[in-house]
Amino acid sequence: MASRALYSSSHRMLKKRDDFKDTLEERRSSSDLRYALRCYTPTLYKGLVPCKASMLKTIVLQSDHLQYVIKQVSSEAGDSIESVTEEASLILDEMAHRLQLSTIRFFAFTLSKAFKRLFRSVCVNEEGIQRLQQAVHEHPVILLPSHRSYMDFLMMSYLLYMYDLPLPVIAAGMDFMSMKFIGEMLRMSGAFFIRRSFGGDKLYWAVFSEYVKTMLRNGYAPIEFFLEGTRSRTCKSLAPKTGLLNIVMEPFFKGELFDVNLVPVSISYERILEESLYARELLGVPKPKESTSGLLKARRVLSEDYGSMHVYFGHPVSVRSLAEGKINRSQYNLLSRHIPQKPSTDTQRFLTDAAFRLVRIQEENMVLKPWVLIATLLLQNPDGLDLCSLTEQTDWLRHLALSLGAFLDWPDHEACSEVINCSLALHRHLLSVSGGHVQLNVTETPKVETTPEEAVFHRAVVVLSCATYRNQILHVFLRPALLAVAMQSANSRRKDDIYNCFIFLRNMFSNEFILCPGDSAQDFEEACYLLVKRGVLQVLEHEIVMSVSGHSALAFLCAVLDPFLQGYQVVCRFLCEEANENLTEKEFIPAVRTFALKLILAGRLKCYEVLSSDLQKNALAALLKLKFVRKVKEDQVTLKVNKTAVNTLEDMLGGKIPTQKPVLARL
Amino acid sequence: MIYEYISVKVFCIITSRAGREERRSAVRVTRRVCNLYLTSLHEQRCRPLTSDSKHGSSMASNSSSSNAQHRLRIISGHLQKRPEDESTGITAQECKAETPKSTPSRLTPVPKRRQEIMKWNGWGYSDSRFFFNKIGQAEFTGKRYRLSGLILPSLKDWFEGTFGANLQHKSPATPTLNLSAVAPPNLNEPFIEELKAVGVAMSHDPEDRVFRAHGHCLHEIFALREGRIGRVPDMVVWPSCHKDVEKIVELACKHNTCLIPYGGGTSVSSALECPHEETRSIVSLDTSQMNRILWIDEKNLTAHVEAGIIGQDLERQLNESGYCTGHEPDSMEFSSLGGWVATRASGMKKNIYGNIEDLVVHIKMVTPRGVIEKSCLGPRMSTGPDIHHFILGSEGTLGVVTEVTMKIRPIPEYQKYGSVVFPNFQQGVACLREVARQRCAPASIRLMDNEQFQFGHALKPQVSSIFTSFLDGLKKFYITKFKGFDPHHLCVATLLFEGDRGKVLQHEKQVYDIAAKFGGLAAGEDNGQRGYMLTFVIAYLRDLGMDYYVIGESFETSVPWDRVLDLCRNVKERIVLECKERGVQFPPLSTCRVTQTYDAGACVYFYFAFNYRGLSDPVHVYEQVEHAAREEILANGGSLSHHHGVGKLRKEWMKESVSVVGLGMLKSVKEYIDPKNIFGNRNLL
Repeated sequence: MASRALYSSSHRMLKKRDDFKDTLEERRSSSDLRYALRCYTPTLYKGLVPCKASMLKTIVLQSDHLQYVIKQVSSEAGDSIESVTEEASLILDEMAHRLQLSTIRFFAFTLSKAFKRLFRSVCVNEEGIQRLQQAVHEHPVILLPSHRSYMDFLMMSYLLYMYDLPLPVIAAGMDFMSMKFIGEMLRMSGAFFIRRSFGGDKLYWAVFSEYVKTMLRNGYAPIEFFLEGTRSRTCKSLAPKTGLLNIVMEPFFKGELFDVNLVPVSISYERILEESLYARELLGVPKPKESTSGLLKARRVLSEDYGSMHVYFGHPVSVRSLAEGKINRSQYNLLSRHIPQKPSTDTQRFLTDAAFRLVRIQEENMVLKPWVLIATLLLQNPDGLDLCSLTEQTDWLRHLALSLGAFLDWPDHEACSEVINCSLALHRHLLSVSGGHVQLNVTETPKVETTPEEAVFHRAVVVLSCATYRNQILHVFLRPALLAVAMQSANSRRKDDIYNCFIFLRNMFSNEFILCPGDSAQDFEEACYLLVKRGVLQVLEHEIVMSVSGHSALAFLCAVLDPFLQGYQVVCRFLCEEANENLTEKEFIPAVRTFALKLILAGRLKCYEVLSSDLQKNALAALLKLKFVRKVKEDQVTLKVNKTAVNTLEDMLGGKIPTQKPVLARL
Repeated sequence: MIYEYISVKVFCIITSRAGREERRSAVRVTRRVCNLYLTSLHEQRCRPLTSDSKHGSSMASNSSSSNAQHRLRIISGHLQKRPEDESTGITAQECKAETPKSTPSRLTPVPKRRQEIMKWNGWGYSDSRFFFNKIGQAEFTGKRYRLSGLILPSLKDWFEGTFGANLQHKSPATPTLNLSAVAPPNLNEPFIEELKAVGVAMSHDPEDRVFRAHGHCLHEIFALREGRIGRVPDMVVWPSCHKDVEKIVELACKHNTCLIPYGGGTSVSSALECPHEETRSIVSLDTSQMNRILWIDEKNLTAHVEAGIIGQDLERQLNESGYCTGHEPDSMEFSSLGGWVATRASGMKKNIYGNIEDLVVHIKMVTPRGVIEKSCLGPRMSTGPDIHHFILGSEGTLGVVTEVTMKIRPIPEYQKYGSVVFPNFQQGVACLREVARQRCAPASIRLMDNEQFQFGHALKPQVSSIFTSFLDGLKKFYITKFKGFDPHHLCVATLLFEGDRGKVLQHEKQVYDIAAKFGGLAAGEDNGQRGYMLTFVIAYLRDLGMDYYVIGESFETSVPWDRVLDLCRNVKERIVLECKERGVQFPPLSTCRVTQTYDAGACVYFYFAFNYRGLSDPVHVYEQVEHAAREEILANGGSLSHHHGVGKLRKEWMKESVSVVGLGMLKSVKEYIDPKNIFGNRNLL
């Protein structure tokens, strides 16, 4: 079964991946209109209960679950049942999709046009499509695409239409609703809208979960949502949310469905449409509110070249086999199933674990373009590289990445230099190439009257944009890199010491990267295995030693994590030196940013990535988890810092003091 | 009672004057009531219908046996009219066997050498079995059942189509028991000496021992067919009364031998398997000779019966006095009263009569500690936890049930089958739920899923007239084309009503009205009756399957109403999935029916069978699939067992089923009653 592969950790790199087919090729040679109007007869779920979108509302409102919660809410709040029901009905109206084939046809036409202009190719693994067809027929399907761009779900529906698969209903954030016309269009193409936060709202939760479950149980349509919850601004995968995952798994846990198929989908872009927007957002320029006029203004993106796009449909993961031996379904025996139940600790652990694994599958199936390697190298060499040395190093890196299991889309029959030139051309706005010297476009100051702050800001935009590409390949290097850093900072060859250090770093970065909770030993082994196989390390009984030829790889791997180590250090330093007693949570990010900016301007810090709010947030989360910082809720949430502990941590990150056992024991 | 007889009489008059249609139904009604009397009927068939004056005399008489004879005469009168009915061509098929026609030989109780009339390596009587004749038609041999001697033309197609089986590919059983395969007995001589002195019948003949070494689990029968004999009891003893049992248990304790009580041998939980680790001499205690009805108390409507009596004998003997227990488990031809008590059995008509725990008033059990029983026959007591509930379901681990006082009821005046076709299983379950909600369930109501409905159809005997087959075609057309039922989804509920005639008809209307609300169409008595027949011949059919590489089994559970549908679907699907994953070449038969309704839930019964060609260890595959199916049941809120019991087959789940404390409680009872583990079958705990 597919999910068994989910748990076999090593030898991932040996896994065969499917071939791609460019779906735009056919679109370029035949009529889009005819395509949009063609006969569409999707494969259907064998247990489908035919039901119209409008009927869903009635079913949901009359469901035992919702009726139960309505009664509960009405008796708690003292409102009449009718008024609570009315409220539920309004929530449902606000939420519900109105999937219509005509809208899909409209999109099939317009998106064909748009995609042809934006992309050179849109490649799909057709074997994955075939597997999906099978999966759709057998059990209700949940589509779990990665989320890097607004394009994602448009593309998903577009492809499913193209391959005669049932159109998904998509859980979308409420922010889209504010785009008047587009919001409605999306609704008609299958999007349903959920509020971003409804923590304590029992009724909302009940309506929402029952709505999703009803569609699932009836096999109404595949349900699509983003495990990461939101678009990743950094192109690193985000730690997954488990709320919706729990909702879609519960019908299986409670025996209402025999099984549910989860299909992770990895969507990767050679060039991201929102590239510089993201960078600005990370630097504190708020994201523009979604609006139709904003979208129209963004039309100019249509005139640019975004290279190719890859969509990889992963192997369906059966919830049944995923849960086997992990979830005791009889825990649901003693309470009537329509009574809402919070997931037990075991279930919660399982959900988290499953979610992380699914995100890892997304990562592994993410296609990486040559530019990702180039961006990695350019970030490590802020002063730039000669073209020939860049070519040489890229080739070296390419082999390293491949041996670590990267899913690299490298043109087979082209010279390395040709490939590199091509990539450089596509991303020319981030670069300056002069006289055979390639450099990130950081030195060029656009206008005369810029302040030093503005200059830093401009450089930071380029660095962070470039980092979004490097971040795409981080998951390939992550575990070996953690090992490399651990070896360096453990200052010992003893396996135990290195392992302890590895664990420490892994804990530290658990918010930064996708690291399955509880997998430390496995990750460590995987890292050792990979580096031994590559000839970088030798693992002896009690020691780990570097091979003669391993220096360059280890140095590279350490450099991969360097920006993050520096970033966390800066945050620590800020908390020790600058933070006063009354630092509120809200002030934290701007304050750290100012602090980092000061360091950069003073020339004490070279790493622009420290300015990223994402990194700062993750660092704070790590410190909170380590209990070096506590949140205290007064009028506002303030942060109380244990300065000694943070200070020690900073030193450890800087590698000044070898990690000590007592500290580790506390972790 | 008198009232009841009058109504019989009235009914008799009505029907004799009524139209053909009504008479026909009356025949079928009475047919079931009397099928246990068939022997006597045979004698009386030639006599003319007796006069009314004779009714009067028998009513006046207090002798129950003359009452019964009188009743038989009435019934036989109706049966005699049958040829006339059939000549009109309206009557549907022959009544199907759902209980055996008694033959004179069955009047004698179960013989000590059971293998003389029963199969040593299969189900039931040696003379009754299915086989495919030379032209590939299925036939059922013997004379005991309604199906006996009939040809079942559609069984072959169903069999081949469902299992991918082929009549060319046979997997015959070893014809005779190879006595050399039976290990020599490990006899406890001092025990035997003392027992001989008491005068209890005993044997260590290998055939006797092998016969009592198994129940009817698939793996047990499969091994026998292959001639593989495992650990068998070292000897068999046949006590003839309570006192004998007391002596045997006392001696067993004294000489430390292991006792395994044996009743009807119909266990499907590995309960009769001799534990491999048992090193003591194992004595099988066969209760079959303790088979008398000791007294009948008509004032309190109770009967005191020795626990070795088997179901059909008990029923027949009570019938002779005008009574019945109404306890009709599907195994009633062979299973014993003591076995029912020891496994918490459930009967098909529990809606009227209750399950075994509702039927017993008093139980006497011999244990190593002595005899356990209550001091009076009070109908209910508040004297601490009911000690009966330590005995009910103890599965032979605590002692031997020797005598039982049971409730009895007058034989119902009127009985009527019925059936309802539903467009799909969901609607059917919804209807049963509603019937249970309104507490108007007939004596029996069962809902078969589509696969089982088709299975039932494959057992239709050859129709005698063109008109009947035309009528069948018309019915099918009406249901599938006119009413739009999908033949691959429709399912059927079978019904059995019992009671006085007026109430039965009223009751019937009420149930059919409810059914109509769920899209159900009344589908005739015949379909209903065929449904009940299926349960009696299924075990014989398994033997037929095993001749052609098909193995199968049934298992059951009970589950709350709101989970019935989900459980049925998931378990069936799990079976299919597990078979596929384990390399079973052809999709299995995986089917279920809801067989009992309760206020808070239902009992669900599964059949599961597959073609094992190409598998190296079919029994192992089978066991893995059954294990997975049970896991699925438990995960879907079903119980470990509704009435089959735990035995050794389902022991591993006892802890999670009754909690650690619960299991400890049971263990401490065992520890007190039987510290030396004399009753060492190792079931349950």
